Amino acid sequence: MMQGQRRAMEPARLFLGLLAVSAALAASSLHQRPPQPELLLEEEEPELGESPSGSLWPLPRSLRILPDQLQLAPTRFQLVHGPGSTAGPGCALLQDAFRRYYEYIFGYSKWQNRGQRPLPTGTELFQLQVIIGSKDSECDNYPTISSNEAYQLSVTEPVAVLRAEKVWGALRGLETFSQLVYEDDYGSFVINESEITDYPRFAHRGILLDTSRHFLPLKSILTNLDAMAFNKFNVLHWHIVDDHSFPYQSVTFPDLSGKGSYSYDHIYTPTDVRLVIDYARLRGIRVIPEFDSPGHTQSWGKGQKDLLTPCFNGEHRSGSYGPVNPILNTTYHFMTDLFKEISSVFPDAYIHLGGDEVDFTCWKSNPDVTEFMKQQGFGIDYAKLESYYIQKILDIVSSTNKGYIVWQEVFDTGVKIKPDTIVEVWIGTSYTTELSRVTRAGFTTILAAPWYLDYISYGQDWKKYYSVEPLNFPGCEKQKKLVIGGEACLWGEFVDATNLTPRLWPRASAVGERLWSSKNVTNIGDAYNRLVKHRCRMLRRGIAAEPLFVGYCDHEYRGL
Amino acid sequence: MAELALVLLLVGLVPTGAVWPQPQLVRESPGRCRLSPGRFRFGYARSSAVGPGCAVLDQAFRRYWRLLRDAGPRAPEDTRPWEPLCAELLVSVATPHCDGFPNMDSVESYKLSTSEDLSLLSSESVWGALRGLETFSQLVWRDEDGMFYLNKTDIVDFPRFAHRGLLLDTSRHYLPLRAILETLDVMAYNKFNVFHWHIVDDPSFPYESAAFPELSRKGAYNPATHVYTLNDVKLVIEYARLRGIRVISEFDTPGHTLSWGPGHWTLCSVACDFILLLSLACRRSNPEIQAFMQQMGFGQDYAKLESFYIQRLLDIISSYGKGYVVWQEVFDNGVKVKPDTIIHVWRENAGPYQQEVARVTKAGYRALLSAPWYLNRISYGQDWQTAYQVEPLEFEGSLEQKELVIGGEACMWGEYVDVTNLTPRLWPRAGAIAERLWSNKTVTDLQDAYIRLADFRCTLLRRGIQAQPLFTGYCDAEYSGF
Repeated sequence: MMQGQRRAMEPARLFLGLLAVSAALAASSLHQRPPQPELLLEEEEPELGESPSGSLWPLPRSLRILPDQLQLAPTRFQLVHGPGSTAGPGCALLQDAFRRYYEYIFGYSKWQNRGQRPLPTGTELFQLQVIIGSKDSECDNYPTISSNEAYQLSVTEPVAVLRAEKVWGALRGLETFSQLVYEDDYGSFVINESEITDYPRFAHRGILLDTSRHFLPLKSILTNLDAMAFNKFNVLHWHIVDDHSFPYQSVTFPDLSGKGSYSYDHIYTPTDVRLVIDYARLRGIRVIPEFDSPGHTQSWGKGQKDLLTPCFNGEHRSGSYGPVNPILNTTYHFMTDLFKEISSVFPDAYIHLGGDEVDFTCWKSNPDVTEFMKQQGFGIDYAKLESYYIQKILDIVSSTNKGYIVWQEVFDTGVKIKPDTIVEVWIGTSYTTELSRVTRAGFTTILAAPWYLDYISYGQDWKKYYSVEPLNFPGCEKQKKLVIGGEACLWGEFVDATNLTPRLWPRASAVGERLWSSKNVTNIGDAYNRLVKHRCRMLRRGIAAEPLFVGYCDHEYRGL
Repeated sequence: MAELALVLLLVGLVPTGAVWPQPQLVRESPGRCRLSPGRFRFGYARSSAVGPGCAVLDQAFRRYWRLLRDAGPRAPEDTRPWEPLCAELLVSVATPHCDGFPNMDSVESYKLSTSEDLSLLSSESVWGALRGLETFSQLVWRDEDGMFYLNKTDIVDFPRFAHRGLLLDTSRHYLPLRAILETLDVMAYNKFNVFHWHIVDDPSFPYESAAFPELSRKGAYNPATHVYTLNDVKLVIEYARLRGIRVISEFDTPGHTLSWGPGHWTLCSVACDFILLLSLACRRSNPEIQAFMQQMGFGQDYAKLESFYIQRLLDIISSYGKGYVVWQEVFDNGVKVKPDTIIHVWRENAGPYQQEVARVTKAGYRALLSAPWYLNRISYGQDWQTAYQVEPLEFEGSLEQKELVIGGEACMWGEYVDVTNLTPRLWPRAGAIAERLWSNKTVTDLQDAYIRLADFRCTLLRRGIQAQPLFTGYCDAEYSGF
């Protein structure tokens, strides 16, 4: 009796069932702070209500919804290029988007069977005209860190107009427009007259997926890109390789995946990678690959002889290997060729170079490394050796004309990095202090620390992610400007294709709104009302987004 | 060291006899036979008391014949150029009952012996045969060339506990029928035998009652789509029966009855006066309740009111000839319950659950354990291990008391669970509980369990079940059921 209420009042269990099988097994593979036990947030049953902003997610910067309703007839309504637009039918990106959003708006209904009765004059919306203003619509480009995503949307009878300088803004505006349309009780498609001006708060709004700890089939990645577009995310941070497996198929070094992947079937071929990049581009999403070194590289060693440092047990080799071997010229030849390939395969101007969690134990055990340290005058400061390695890698990558992102340790250990390096802050404890330090040193930064979504817990943890204010750290205005955005990270220790989507969505949506909407959009109750509807919309669009709390959607998930 | 788990997960190192849950006695002998999944046949032994026409087994033969092709990869220690062919598995059941429902006293023991000459599965009842077929299906394996094999093996097996349940909650979120049916499939793979259907609760009333249609018409999330019709319920019961699973439906009252509210009058008009009470009981200020309390001499002791209500309810249910299971508060509040009542221990914060089990059994009641097995409570990491390490009989009490513990249930309450995340959240975590309830008390080696469970989850994936990973690694066939 009374299960529900009493259950909800119990304190959370504080145990962590981790590591009991092999104590060491997880230790070196956690790219993460240790999970912090927290007391369960006590759940009041939230009152589900109507938000004045309907189901819009993330909330636009400025929004005026009028009471006047217009109807859309699926058989007549069109998405078209408006007069004066610099993009036309030759812009495949927009053509694809028009078709996609037509389907999102009408596709899941059985409207085809309905009559085509004319609607009373003055109550029908016939078109959405999309007008790209800039001379260069950027239709055939890849999105970049400085892409203009702003748009203006004006819904009035008889046509709605969506204005954007570039196609990227048009994509965001189409998503917003599709979220304004709803079905009334009679099955009619209805939109309120509205005026919207919108642009993102942060330029870098990312999702990190880890395809090394578990392989993610292509379909999983593409589905996730769809969901990202629904939430106005614009960066896929593809943590493509790590200790556990090397699924990236390199043309230059085919043995890396040939020997380092889980199996022949657990590989991303060049065609697969191409497909992900193109699919993302059409949704205004950048793909930033991460090739993390010198740590997190066990799987690299299987297909590349002498790349990793042999560890020693006293006088003899122990048979195991440590981080990349920083003292050999062959290492840098290899890295030069590999990054040359990577920089041409991935069009984005940035590559993520990792650089986190380097374990010095193996380097310390190796007599050749010790000798090298002596020669270089590093003493016993292995951070200097790490620094030496990272420097060389940064030079290699710079020579391919790419910028780079690194995890915060690279900054913390005092590696000399170029002023244009982007530092990603991930360590959970005192990340605000870290943001202060990184920006005071003048570096651009991305925040991931409070948004490790792989750390699951019981209850509505989306509120925790939602309540983060990225600029809430000690620093001057100039420092705050250096925070270019954030990333929701879903590391793969416990995630594969079976649970990826419900674990990520709609929890990542909370981060999506934080990074897009105004700083003052912080009302949890209003957010709950909109997010519940947004998650039902994602279900209808084929995303298996999990529930926020008790309740239902008109159209439950059908994918099972 | 980080590589340890990976290495262990490689297909070659999963022992060929790996079965989940671990049978009571397994003896592998040298020798094996090839098996052609297309030509292999299941049949009835001449000695069997049941034969063709026994729906439970006829259907099971077909199911397990299909699953043969999903046999898992293994790397044999040696290779031989030629192996004899195993052509059939004969099943012999001692008692002739086939059309009944499984119950608390069903005998699920079986003996399985496979060899090139004869593979025989013998059991007391059809329910035991079902368990044996599942075990058999897990013994078949494939080598790298795709050939199917069966090792010479002898197994004697029986469950440690009679009641091995799984609770699903279809009130807080509606679960489509196919999600329930799929869960029943996976329950059978795990040798669970009770489906505890928490069918209605505060948030919604999806059960379409023939006697009281208003209940779902007004209490369901959507009375057209978010309901279980009478046919649905029949289908679930039959589907479960064919897998040797009992269905216990729970109509939790009186605290959780908000969803009954809008339609309660019909119930009252037919059933009795106390139903009205229950729909009002949540409001203590209600004058009718106050008056009733006075009249009965309960004073302000609402526990007495609850006891009164439960007493009446139990009387009614017994008059239909049904037994009942009640949550522990009924016992805690001192409601007089029949000696054959089963007390379901679930609370964690009212002192250690072990003490409650001790109290319940000391009072002579049978106990069911769920307190440590609330799978809806998720946390980071390998929490299946915590569930696995529970020892249900670890409480202070006599041998007689221990015998009163009839089993346990894994619970998946629905606050945060619907069809989008049910399956990966449930499996393979519930598998840990399945083994605890089926296998011998001595089966507690976490390392061994990890290897078998990780392998079993790959088996589930091959069978189309969206079971989530235990830790890093991979399966030869990843989930692709988008």
